Order: sequence, then C-alpha cells, then structure tokens
Amino acid sequence: METGNFHHALKIREDLCIGCSHCMVVCPTEAIRVRNGKSVLFGDRCVDCGECFRVCPVSAIIIDHDDFNHIFDYKYRVALVPAVFTGQFPEDISLRQIHSVMLELGFTHIYEVENGVEILSRAINDYTESHSENKPLISSFCPAIIRLIQVKFPALVDNIIRLKPPLDISAHFLKKELLTLGIPAEEIGIFYVTPCAAKIAAIKDPVGESTSPIAGVINMDFLFNKVYRKVKQQNGQSCAIPVSGKLSGKATCWSLTNGEAGQVGGRCLAIDEIHNVIEFLEKIENEEITDIDFLELRACDESCAGGVLTTSNRFLSVERLRNHADSYHENDEPAHPDAFRKITSESEYLNERISIDPIKPRSILKLDENMAEAMKKMEKVNRIMQLLPMVDCGICGAPTCQSLAQDIAQGEGSIQQCIFIQKIMEQKGEMSLDDSVEVMQSIWGFGKTNKYRDIKGI
Amino acid sequence: MMHFEFHVEGGNFTKAGAASSQLKKILKQLNVDPKIIKRIVVALYEAEVNVVAHAFQGDIFIDIDTEKIGIKLVDQGPGIADIELAMQKGYSTASSSVREMGFGAGMGLPNIKNNSDELKITSEVNVGTTVEFVTYLNQ
Repeated sequence: METGNFHHALKIREDLCIGCSHCMVVCPTEAIRVRNGKSVLFGDRCVDCGECFRVCPVSAIIIDHDDFNHIFDYKYRVALVPAVFTGQFPEDISLRQIHSVMLELGFTHIYEVENGVEILSRAINDYTESHSENKPLISSFCPAIIRLIQVKFPALVDNIIRLKPPLDISAHFLKKELLTLGIPAEEIGIFYVTPCAAKIAAIKDPVGESTSPIAGVINMDFLFNKVYRKVKQQNGQSCAIPVSGKLSGKATCWSLTNGEAGQVGGRCLAIDEIHNVIEFLEKIENEEITDIDFLELRACDESCAGGVLTTSNRFLSVERLRNHADSYHENDEPAHPDAFRKITSESEYLNERISIDPIKPRSILKLDENMAEAMKKMEKVNRIMQLLPMVDCGICGAPTCQSLAQDIAQGEGSIQQCIFIQKIMEQKGEMSLDDSVEVMQSIWGFGKTNKYRDIKGI
Repeated sequence: MMHFEFHVEGGNFTKAGAASSQLKKILKQLNVDPKIIKRIVVALYEAEVNVVAHAFQGDIFIDIDTEKIGIKLVDQGPGIADIELAMQKGYSTASSSVREMGFGAGMGLPNIKNNSDELKITSEVNVGTTVEFVTYLNQ
C-alpha cells in the first residue's frame, strides 16, 4: 500500500481504533481503508481536512502536535494566536484575561496571526490585478484546499495565488522584530495555536515554501482547556497586561467565511465546507463558471471557526468575532509601550518574502503514469465494476464499489472482498464458508467476526 | 483504444455538462496532461450545451487512444443553415429563455474550434447536426 512521503498531522491510533469505518465513509478523497479491523490511511491521498477526526466515536484519530513543555526550550516564547481562539471563550471573558493567563502559562509574548492581513490584503489586490490570465484566482489561505487542488484538481494549481497566508507573514515579522531587539535566533520560539490539522501539516511540510519560521504547533483545544480552567480558577482577576495592539475589523474576520472575498476587488465568491468546494471546483475546471476574479475556498463549514480543533460552537465563535469587529475603533485602546510595532512598519521586508514557489500537481486520480497502462487498468476497473453490486456498503473495507475496483486494478485488493461476490461464489461452490470468513476477518479483524459464534445464547 | 458513449437530452440544462464531467474523470485517470484535459473538456462542454440548447436529443461518441481523443456529437434537431455564420463569435440563434439561463452568447462553436485541433461540422436543416473534433495528446 502506498503511504506517500507527505507529512500528515492526522494519525490513526491502532490501539484505540475499533475499525467502525465511519472515517472511511466520510473521507472526501477516499484515503481510508479498513484492514485487519483497523483504519489505514493512504498518505498520498490525505489532504489533512480532518473530516475523519470529527466522526471518530472513540477518538482514535489524533492530531499530532508539539508537547506544550517544548516552549520552555526557548527563552523567548511567542504564542502566535489566530483570532478564532478568542472566539472560543464566552463573551464575558475578555481578551485581556485570556492573554494574561497565557503569559502566566509561560509565554513571553502573544501576537495575533491576523496582523499579517494588513500586509496581505494589499498584496492580494495587486496580485489579482497583475495575474488576470489565471482567473479565477484561488486563495492560498486554507492548506487543506491547496492539497485538495493538488491531488484532485491538478489543472487548477496555477490558479492558486502564490502569496503566503497571514500566519507566515506574521511569523516572519515576529522573528524580524525579536532579532532587531538583539535576541539570538536560537532563543526565539514561535508557537502557532492551530484550529485544524491542515495548518500543522502545512508548517511541518510546507507547499511552495522551503522552511517555516515557526518552531512548533499547539492544538487549540488543548490550549483552550488549559487557559479556560485557569481563568475559571482565578475568578476574573487578571495580573498581566496584554502588549499587542487590537486587530482591525477586517483582520479579525479574515479567517471567517467571506473574510477574504469581502476585501478583494472584482467579482469574488466565498465557499466553505470541503464537499461544497469540491462541487464548485468541478464546475470551475470545466469552465462552466467563468468571469469570477477571486475565490475564497475553505475546507471547514464556517471556515476556521469550524476548525476540527475548536471547542466552542462555530456559530457562536463567528458571532463573537463579528461583535469584536463591529466595535473596533482605531484609537480606542492605545498600544502598550512594549508592544510590537505595527506590522506595516516592515512592509518592504515582508513584501520581499511574501511569494511562494509554484505549486506542483500530484494527482491521486491517475491509474498509471503511462497512458497505455492506465487504459489497461481502466478497462479492468470497468470490467470489475460490471460485477460489483454498486451499493457502496463498505463491507469490503473500501468506501465505494468504484474504489474497490480501483484497488483491485492496482493490485491492492481482491474481488473476494465483496460480500455479494462471496455469496455467489459460495453458492456456486467456488469458495468455502471458511474461506469467506477468513476474508471477512482479514478486513474486519478477528473480534467482529468471532463474537457471532455465541449467537445461540441470545 | 477505448470507446465511450453518452446520451444528451435536449432542453435539460440541469444535466448539461454530465458527459464532459465524466470524460474529465476518465482523462484524469488516464494521466492525460491537465492542460490538454482542460481544452478537451471545455470543447465538449460547449458542444454538449449546444445540443441541450438547440436540439431534441443527441449522442456523444468518444474514442480515446494514446495519441488522440476523437469526439463526435450527433444530434436530431433544427440543424444549422449557415455553418460559416454560426462559427462567428457572438452569433447565436438561441431563444431568449435560453439566454436568460446564461447560455446562448454565441461563443459555442468558436470555443470548440479554439479548444480542438481538428473540427468538422456537417448539418442538415430540420434533421440535425454532427460535430466532430479531435485533440492530439502529444503536443
């Protein structure tokens, strides 16, 4: 089985997995199979969208992040926090409280990711004006979408805007600021608090960029629990003062649906949730929809507020952030004297580093590199499809009849995995009952097939 | 050599594009260059919409080998009286209801021409139209 060489933040814990196949059914790129009673991930197909993580009933799918104590490897410990983190808390807990608790937990600096929007929003508008040949231009914001386009819509890779998202821009700014203060690079640890798995994968294995200035990643649900507990215990007292300036309304809402599309010139459209995105990209690829200038595409429903690592209800998070944005006035809270400078004071430095390399397609759909071979395999797939029942029951350990047929054509499955074929083969005397049970056990493990031997006791 | 056939229903815009989507899926599986896939799919989509917009019904015949893709659409419909005129950009006989749906801008045939390497159109008024085009894969 091909596992691929791509870093994935999503891991399946074999010791916890009960082989229920929920994840296999929802995966939008058909990257999961069940073998020996456990889910198995095809690494080259996975785009780290996290749909599997959402449905796992036993929390066997984990999102691999850095140990929190890893921050203490650095003298200067910067938390790079997206605005949706604030949206996790109830309205009565202030940003000041959240930030002061984070400082108590060990961070020395806190910086909001969306500060980078001030640089990016200008760059995007310049970019869309000078790259009209690749329309519709697609935002590079959501790393799961970039990967989705690479594997499923290879013809559209050139439509992705080759500009860094706010996260990377802010990280470059922070590093520069701290270096300017005379702090040695090895003492700076920038830690990103992530609402999803895809951002982790993007940091550990960047697409279109060779290195990332980010030292580590902390899962948002983990930090939320840590901070919220301390806030509760302190009963509203706060001791430290946050040193960052307030985000503008535009920046606060950037990671929400329509956050980008609402700021870019021309005809813009915002689409969230990965299946909606797939449906729309199909039409874009066929040129059924034309004349769109800019597409904001996000893998999660309600964008980052619906990230798999968020705790709060996504609609409430959106409400809180929109309220923040609406109440923003440029001068209502003077920046602390120790605060970082405005990110725009380094516009030139950041604009020099804002581009990413061309994004390469890596299609998962091709049956073979060689077209003649691919045609042979397709004919085989078509022949197998004639035999399969087309009910997509998943009993074979593959999500659909089509995917089983492709697995067989690729030498990674056998037609006996199909329960319908098994029954017919048994009836015709071509397969023994024992053999058919053995096949079931190779897919679903011993436990699931063995417990039915006690059926008389019911 | 592989052969595929699709049926197109006249007047059903909900299903317009079904054949081009299917062909796209096939070509992706065959590892055809994404840029060439795009040309073929755009050309077929235009041709498919033409059948939906103008004809009663039609059939699509697709032949694929490692050198080229040949596509033939045969429809039963009003036919084209002046093919040369229909080939001009912006010329359209589409009804106003078709135009209201965002189709019928008169770009169909010119778009097929731009996105294929060989194009042949034959037509008989009140009988139907046959559109054939070929796209080479090793360009």
